This record gives sequence, structure tokens and C-alpha cells, in this order.
Amino acid sequence: MLNISDIMKTLDMIDHQHLDIRTITMGISLRDCAHPDMSVCARKIYDKICHCAEHLVETGCTIENEYGIPIVNKRISVTPAALVAESCEGGDYVLIARSMDNAARQCGVNFIGGYSALVHKGFTNGDRRLIESIPEALAETELVCSSVNIATTKAGINMDAVALMGKIIKQTAELTADSGGLGCAKLVVFANAVEDNPFMAGAFHGIGEPECVINVGVSGPGVVHSALKSVKGQSFDVVAETVKRTAFRITRMGQLVAQEASQRLGVPFGVVDLSLAPTPAVGDSVARILEEMGLEVCGTHGTTAALALLNDAVKKGGIMASSHVGGLSGAFIPVSEDEGMIAAARRGTLTLEKLEAMTCVCSVGLDMIAVPGDTSADTISAIIADEAAIGVVNSKTTAVRIIPAPGKTVGDNVEFGGLLGNAPVMPVHPESSAGFIARGGRIPAPMQSLKN
Amino acid sequence: MKAIMTVISTDRVGIIAEITTLLASMSVNILDLNQTIMGGMFTMTILVDTSTSDYGFEDIRAALTEKGESASLTIRIQRADIFNAMHRI
Repeated sequence: MLNISDIMKTLDMIDHQHLDIRTITMGISLRDCAHPDMSVCARKIYDKICHCAEHLVETGCTIENEYGIPIVNKRISVTPAALVAESCEGGDYVLIARSMDNAARQCGVNFIGGYSALVHKGFTNGDRRLIESIPEALAETELVCSSVNIATTKAGINMDAVALMGKIIKQTAELTADSGGLGCAKLVVFANAVEDNPFMAGAFHGIGEPECVINVGVSGPGVVHSALKSVKGQSFDVVAETVKRTAFRITRMGQLVAQEASQRLGVPFGVVDLSLAPTPAVGDSVARILEEMGLEVCGTHGTTAALALLNDAVKKGGIMASSHVGGLSGAFIPVSEDEGMIAAARRGTLTLEKLEAMTCVCSVGLDMIAVPGDTSADTISAIIADEAAIGVVNSKTTAVRIIPAPGKTVGDNVEFGGLLGNAPVMPVHPESSAGFIARGGRIPAPMQSLKN
Repeated sequence: MKAIMTVISTDRVGIIAEITTLLASMSVNILDLNQTIMGGMFTMTILVDTSTSDYGFEDIRAALTEKGESASLTIRIQRADIFNAMHRI
């Protein structure tokens, strides 16, 4: 039989270290829902999502009960809506968002992602219409998440899209001002977006994906933190090995759950995303892992190196534990969703500049950051451009999920609630980037793109 | 289905008897049993096979939870696969 201490170790991880499956996300292709009449298209979208995901939540709950492991979220990602709605002659794109929202409610999932457009090289007419509808769509729906890919290593950076997204983020914040600009928490601007990401708000079902697929996102910052407490003061060789071993265990559990869900739902298994996803709960923080490595406060000198080690060791440990690894796979650093990051930002140690450096070595980008409500659209666009440049040149995914909190200024706090947490408003440079953003056009793809 | 039951409680007379009697009443077969005092607490792990029972996993789980509440025991039952996945290659 299994060793009693191994069994108790697993229970301790679940009970006291917040070990959980962060999400089971069903990817659904909506490519067959296109129709010239938008109301027909919206109905087909609703019907297809409800049909495919009918048993998703119930199956997730059964697995949760049988294995005794919490599965925090059950979610749906769909084909970027711009691709599906493009053939509609006229009509308001928000109708599509409403249809997605209603379907998500009907299925009982937490979020639905894919109100998205891929415009890294340029806009189609449908892309532009969808992007312009994002503020209203996010204000009028509750569960819909949106993302826009504005750059890839292969295509370079679409600076017209960068400029537009600065304005869209501002409008979204204004339309959801009564909830602190919550709409912006559901809007991600990507460079090198991945097609199989199970995490929100950036999940969409890519165009190379099958009809329907199950992707699983694991978590476990608390477990890694706890493991590192047992190797206090030891060398980084030991730290890296400890993280790898822990990540291996967490991922094996994710793989098991993914396979079980795939089999029960009769839907192919896609990937396990090896991400360390924090929550605002104490003991579930990525920042506290970095501090455990010997940093007084996350954000001080050494933070980037610590995060680089963590991110790499998580991947190395996880990759052998899963048959297919994908998504974003790495450590997330969403400020408002991480208790340690919130504390470090409030203290002023964790700044926007340091976060930007950290995004060079972690799996995503500037995530869940609140900035003053009077931050200009140009400044937001310039922040997006900087992040996109990091992603494009380093052939990695980067993203910006930023909230210009209406009426708030540096030192204020924005409360989003639940997993989205709360964010201290961080300062941005007052100096203008308007001339830079006004140029438009495309920043060419870097040398790294020429691999053939 | 093979599952691991864990029972944690302050130590007292008769815990094993109560649990095994309940399992026998549902025709759940015990394959292995391990009991120790860990950190001052009665800690028991039991490997069971639920396929011998006419009850479904959910019914067995509910009966154990009910027993746990009435007898002040923390009882859990989880499919054994999860522990195998985490601790065996």
C-alpha cells in the first residue's frame, strides 16, 4: 500500500497549501456557426456551446468528489469571435457576446473566453468591428472574457492595433466605472498569444485546434512555497531541484484529472498548462515563493533572477509529468490576484518597471495592474508596445491586462472581489508617449523570426 | 474502484471497529489498513475496493461523511489513483 506519510502529505497540500486544479477549460470550435444573419449566428453559437459543454460542470464536480481535489473553475474557450461573426451582414457584435454570456450561464461555468480578434499583422473589417464593440460587450455581460493579439515574433507589432487598444481599454474602464473598471480585468492584449491557454481572461480556442478539446490548468504556489521552507538557506541547486520535484507532483495530478475529464466527456485531451497561478488567499502567492528564496520584499533587487529560476524549474519538473504540455506554462504574476504582490506594490517596492523586467522571464506579462484613472490612452498603448516588444524579441507570450481605475489615483485601492482580488493603484510616468503612438504602422518582425 | 480512506481523530477506543463495521455493512472490501498515532492524533489509512459493494462511490462517501460527523472523526475517501500519480512514477 501507499506510504502513510505520502498520503498525509497530499492531504496536507490540499488542506493547508491550497493545492488545487485551477481550471478545466473546454475549448469549442465555433467555426461552423458563421451565418449571414447575425441573430442566426448568435443562436447557433448558443446552441453549440450548450450542447458541447452540457456535462462539463457536472463532470468536473464528480471528479472533484471522487479524487478529493478541488477543481476551482470550469470554463469554456471558443474560436475568436471575430472569425465567426465576420460573415454576418450588419448587426451589432455585442449580440454575439450576449449569446456567449447566456450559454456560459446555462452551462454553469465561471467564465467564457474568446470574444477575441487576432490582428498581429492587420485588421479585417470584422476584426475592427469586434474590437470596437469590446467596451460595450464587457460592460453588458458578466462572464465573457476578451483578448486581442496585436503582435507575434513572425509578424512584428501592429502599432495601429496597439494605439486602438489603448483607447479600447480606456473606454472599457469608463463603461464599467461603477465596478472600478472591472471590464478591463476581462480584457487581455497579447503578443504571441497561445491557442490552447486554459486560463482567463486570455483563453480562446485557436484556429489550429480540434472541434472540441479539454485543457487543464494546474496551480500550487502554496505547495512550492511550503517545499522551499524545508530547504531554507541551501544553495540554488537545491532550490531548483525542490521546485522541480514539487512541480512534477502537481502536474501528475493535473494530467490525471485532465485524462479523466477527457474520457468522461468523450472529448480529446489537449494540454496541461503548468502554471503557478496565485490567488489573493494567504498562502497561495507567487511573490511569497520569491521572498522565501531570500528577498525581503518581492520587487527588490534579485526578484527577476528568482522568478527566472522558479519559472524554469516549474517547466522542467512539469514536463515529464504530462504527455502534452501547452498553454502559458510558467509562473503568473498578476498583481491584484496575489497577496504577496499586493503587499509589495502597496509598499512601493514592486513597481511597474520591475514588473516589466519580470515579464521577460515569466510566462505572461503585466497582469492585473491598476493605474490612475487619468492615465492617457497613449500611455496605455505605450505600455502595451513595451510588453509586445519583450514578447516578440524573446519569442514568448507577453500580455497586458491593465485597469485605468476611474476616479482613482496613486495610493488608492481597487476592489474586484473573488479570484480577481484587489489592486493598489500604481504610478505611471507622467511624460507623454503620444508622438510615438501616433506614428502607427507596423514594427517589423525581428531577426528571430527568420528561422527558415 | 480502489480508493484510499483516511480517518483522523483524537484517539479513543473502538474507532477501527466502528469504521470497519460500517464498511462491512456496505460490502466494501478492505485490501490494506495502516494505523498510527501521528502528532498525537489517531491516523488511519485504509485501501478499499468499492467494486464489491452495491453502493455507488457517492453513496459510500456520503455514508462515511455522515459517520464522521456523528462520531467526531475526519473521514475522507478518495480514488487511489491520485496518490499513485503524485507519489509513484
